[in-house]
Amino acid sequence: MKRFAELLLNLILTSSRNDKIDHIVNWIKDSNSEEIGWGLSIICEELEISKVKPSMVKEISKLHIDKYLFDLSYDYVGDMAETVSLIWPEKNDKNANFSSVTLTNVIKDLINVQKKEAPKLISNYLDNFDQNTRWAFLKIITGGLRVGVSSRLAKTAISKYFNKNIKDIEELWHAFDPPYKEIIEWCREIIEKPKVKDKPIFRSPMLANPLEENDYKLINPISYLAEWKWDGIRVQLVSMKNEVKLYSRSGDDISNSFPDIIENSFSQDFCLDGELMAGSIKIPGSFNDLQQRLNRKNPSKDLIRNMPTFIVAYDALYIKDQDIRDKSVIDRRELLKAFILEEKLSFIKFSDEVVFKNFQDLEGKRLQCRQDLNYEGLMLKLRNSTYEPGRPKGPWFKFKRDPYSIDVVLLYAQRGHGKRSSFYSDYTFGVWNGYLKNRQLVTVGKAYSGFTDQELLKLDKFIRANTTNRFGPVREVEKTLVLEVAFDDIQKSKRHKSGLAMRFPRIKRIRWDKPANEADTIEDLERLLNVRN
Amino acid sequence: MKVDWIKKTKEGIQVKDGSFFVDPIYPVKKAIITHGHADHARAGHEHVIATLETLAIMKERYGNNFCKNSTVLKYHEKLTIEEVKIFLAPAGHVLGSAQVVMNFANQVITVSGDYKRQDDPTCAAFEPIKSDIFITEATFALPVFKHPNANTQINLLIKSILNFPERCHVIGVYSLGKAQRLIKMLRNNGWHNTIYLHGSLVKICNLYEKFGIDLGDLEPATIQDKPEKPHDFYKGKLILAPPSALADRWSRRFPDPILGMASGWMTVKQRAKQRGINLPLILSDHADWNEILTTIKEVSPKEVWITHGAEEALIYECSKNNLTAKALSIIGYESDTDL
Repeated sequence: MKRFAELLLNLILTSSRNDKIDHIVNWIKDSNSEEIGWGLSIICEELEISKVKPSMVKEISKLHIDKYLFDLSYDYVGDMAETVSLIWPEKNDKNANFSSVTLTNVIKDLINVQKKEAPKLISNYLDNFDQNTRWAFLKIITGGLRVGVSSRLAKTAISKYFNKNIKDIEELWHAFDPPYKEIIEWCREIIEKPKVKDKPIFRSPMLANPLEENDYKLINPISYLAEWKWDGIRVQLVSMKNEVKLYSRSGDDISNSFPDIIENSFSQDFCLDGELMAGSIKIPGSFNDLQQRLNRKNPSKDLIRNMPTFIVAYDALYIKDQDIRDKSVIDRRELLKAFILEEKLSFIKFSDEVVFKNFQDLEGKRLQCRQDLNYEGLMLKLRNSTYEPGRPKGPWFKFKRDPYSIDVVLLYAQRGHGKRSSFYSDYTFGVWNGYLKNRQLVTVGKAYSGFTDQELLKLDKFIRANTTNRFGPVREVEKTLVLEVAFDDIQKSKRHKSGLAMRFPRIKRIRWDKPANEADTIEDLERLLNVRN
Repeated sequence: MKVDWIKKTKEGIQVKDGSFFVDPIYPVKKAIITHGHADHARAGHEHVIATLETLAIMKERYGNNFCKNSTVLKYHEKLTIEEVKIFLAPAGHVLGSAQVVMNFANQVITVSGDYKRQDDPTCAAFEPIKSDIFITEATFALPVFKHPNANTQINLLIKSILNFPERCHVIGVYSLGKAQRLIKMLRNNGWHNTIYLHGSLVKICNLYEKFGIDLGDLEPATIQDKPEKPHDFYKGKLILAPPSALADRWSRRFPDPILGMASGWMTVKQRAKQRGINLPLILSDHADWNEILTTIKEVSPKEVWITHGAEEALIYECSKNNLTAKALSIIGYESDTDL
């Protein structure tokens, strides 16, 4: 347990992805199979401890501190597990046996304890652990690790250490419950690769490459099929022996967030690939709408009623007892279409083919996406291609609508994180509002990317040399530098003074040459907004 | 308790209608200064009374003209101003740091300045003085702050340097007090290698040495004059810098640095993370929650006044023990940056 607590501490204090992987690998080396399994289930936030609730932690802390002091402390620290771990009195005569307690012991105790006995169990552990171990122990109970490791990164670490393909690990992952005994034993080559035919597993998705200019010649309607690229999130919906799961594209189980999707019954087993959208098939919502539903576990009935979701299905990986990934796109889509018709599902829409005559025709279709909120562009799929996990070059292309771009003026800058932590790399920018003498710059957005390392150095230098004011970590700069900012979409928003917000703004070019008074105006942006709605 | 000879004004703690002030924020005629940190020791007073060390620190930082005239007051040496009997007692915060003990009209009032109770080989230990009113700081007055024994943190640092011979350690330390304490404790724990210093730490380290505190081999953390490439030269080395330099481009010249910070604030993991700190060292020159409560018990005042910091929790805790406590809320003492 102490070793696992050290791992969590190391993870929280490193920002580099590779360093995090190294820390996980080192911990795997020091741990046995069962500990590895439990630990990963904690990092991937997949361990559920039903008998010990987070509220119990707060209750127990009251044995040692009164509410007022606890609340002041919690308010300062901002994290329940950390607050309690710090406040808990350090006992002088700790039981030495506790330093060798394993993670497995702890988890089994938490899973098996009788509810009545739970407070005593927790207190006993807290009394005998050191501060860092207390923190990790409480984190297991409260969840919300915040150590900056995605489940994908954790799986990458296992695949690296055991020299296994990450796609295989992802496929097996959801077929087993923590501590994933079969997966770890297969990694250690103690057992053969387990069969997972009857489980609603996640299958690594096939990804598309952006269509570049030298690919244009490949595209003709005989070889390639076109579909709209819907602007939602990529999901995989799986039903196997009446167990239904919804996965994100990275393999996270997001079923809890979408009961409106998974609480349906199906007459057959399947695995669909598609885009999750807000709204209904008749009236689809924008990506902005969908955001109200993302990252919310167990949404309220009201929220579901006000903002329902549906799936635009464009591919099938498994239908009627059969893995069909070896069939062609055309055949898979036929099976998919038949399936949707048979099941009569109101929340699954078949992604129709977009018919085109030639590449020019397709270009015209792509331009249309600018007027429609739901399409991000087009998808192009080689008609006779099979479903290959990963990002093979050739069979699938994404042909996105061009981003918009405007010229803005740099207003504020802040230091970045990780690799960029000493450079001013977060930029807040604005456009002109009002006329003549009353003209002012109003903020419209923030960008952190799009520039090269060389450009970053120049921007950093400009900011340091042109600071006019400081507000904590933020520097206000001389309003002279024009940036060309590219963005995917524009929406109304209360976040910025301008009342507008851009989707994924990034720095396209630094216009050292352009005077600030020639930057764009709020009217220019509003015109784009009107085009879109 | 009725007290009419000492009160809080915008300048800070005023005694006898302005006869003198303790650690005033704005220039005054006569000031007693508890210690050399910039928020307590400001330039521009006419007459400054402090320990020899504190005066030397002020002179080093502000130049010879930091005041018109000064009076050296040793610990426990007596001085009377306008019938107020005064002496200084060690506060254990930094070199020369003192509490101001004042006696008038049969009332003893002590201003703690900043203080700590843990061992510090670079300054005299805090002495509790029985007082009627104890005017205390409360920087870390929350039950979550329990500073571990400082030696454990020094050993964490040594262990980390040995574990990562290919990288260098850049540790953020406040230039007065923390830097010298960290160096001296490293020496006492057997670390005798050269320690490299950011330019802004050099002067005060030299000053400490003049006062007889041997800090071992120190060199400026420069890059031009080294025999090898700076990248190779600094592998496995320890560099100390003010906290602001950690987030600055300055720290980028070193090979794949492990960034550390020695501060009481490093208690909170997410706070260390926010600042991009890889190696948080909980090493504070302020009293933690238990030290403050113990100190109040030992001083056994009838009232506690709080200059700055987390007042609410301390006021609450005092009132639980039937002790009157109030916040002076002096604006200008940095309560949120033990850097």
